[in-house]
Amino acid sequence: MYNGGKIIIGLAIFMAFVTFPFYNNFGKANAKPEPKTDTPAIKEVQAQLGKKEVCIEPKAAMKGEHMQMLNDWRDSVVRDGNRIYVASDGRKHNMSLQNTCMKCHSNKKEFCDKCHNYMAVVPYCWDCHIAPKENKS
Amino acid sequence: MSINRRQFLKIAGISTVLGLGSTAAINSAKRSGLEASTVSPDPAAIPFKRWGMVIDMSKFKTEDDRKKVYEACHSIHNVPDLGNPKDEVKWIWEEKFGATFPDNENEFASHEAMEKPFIVLCNHCAAPACVRVCPTKATFKRKDGIVMMDMHRCIGCRFCMAACPFGARSFNWKDPRPFIKKENLEFPTRTKGVVEKCTGCYERLAIGQKPACVEASNGGIIFGDLEDPNSEIRKTIGSRYTLRRKPALGTEPSVYYLIGGNENA
Repeated sequence: MYNGGKIIIGLAIFMAFVTFPFYNNFGKANAKPEPKTDTPAIKEVQAQLGKKEVCIEPKAAMKGEHMQMLNDWRDSVVRDGNRIYVASDGRKHNMSLQNTCMKCHSNKKEFCDKCHNYMAVVPYCWDCHIAPKENKS
Repeated sequence: MSINRRQFLKIAGISTVLGLGSTAAINSAKRSGLEASTVSPDPAAIPFKRWGMVIDMSKFKTEDDRKKVYEACHSIHNVPDLGNPKDEVKWIWEEKFGATFPDNENEFASHEAMEKPFIVLCNHCAAPACVRVCPTKATFKRKDGIVMMDMHRCIGCRFCMAACPFGARSFNWKDPRPFIKKENLEFPTRTKGVVEKCTGCYERLAIGQKPACVEASNGGIIFGDLEDPNSEIRKTIGSRYTLRRKPALGTEPSVYYLIGGNENA
């Protein structure tokens, strides 16, 4: 191999660069996002219903399918004029991001943004829909 | 090893049944339970077949009477005030007689008559030109006659603005948020790059309230169902002389105007 030494040194430097993110973060715990659901409105509903999971559908379904659900709600309200959602537990809800979702989840920064930032998704809901006014504490 | 025709058909049949069965099993396992949910309209909603309005200009004596109407609409719908006519966004506004009813102008009419202000808004036409040209179906005709905007779908092509003969549509050239005096937190704003217009107060009708302009008009605007022959609006249109804007264009506007007041109607 011509210039073998230089090539090997070059390769070693290259590999060190490329793998930098891996060994730099190795062993460090990556903080899982933990969206907070401790707003006064949610606590009130929890007290009312006497259970911890009080969102309109079970937690797993909300976690996995809220985006699909919001899409369905939007089409239902805007295009068909149907604005009452009967959840699987029989409760009725007004299908509205601003007036239903965010009335309970009034902590957008601690709730929505937690996961969205972690996953680097930027939903454009807030271009038009007004986010709840939060106290910066 | 060879199989005969009978064995082959048996194996094929069994594997088909298994295949279909497992697909169904996998699908049902994936289901999260959301399918059980249903949607329905609000029971408080005012049921009607065709949105309509009669605007009685004789009831609006002063400028303040008219301003109250614009203000009521624009404040609850987060309509921005951009402060210059080029960027203007408007849902309900004022035109002079000549611009409102260009077909009814005549050269000998008094200057006052031609300059008389009229309240104009989206006519929620029965055959809306804007709906026909929209490439994304962002604007569409609802079953209740409202010509609706789905801001989520609007791509800002402005075909609808070119098609609308009434200038009822406005384009958001910039982010409207900084120009909204006081945000109504119950209603969304719009964003840069979408077209907006009067949405017939669909959000108020859905919970049993009359449109905001009707409420603020002090009886000057009659709202009702054009398909209901016993409604106040139909009785008014049936008994008095009304005008519609540019009827010759065939868009069939649903907003009617009473011109002269009681004495010469």
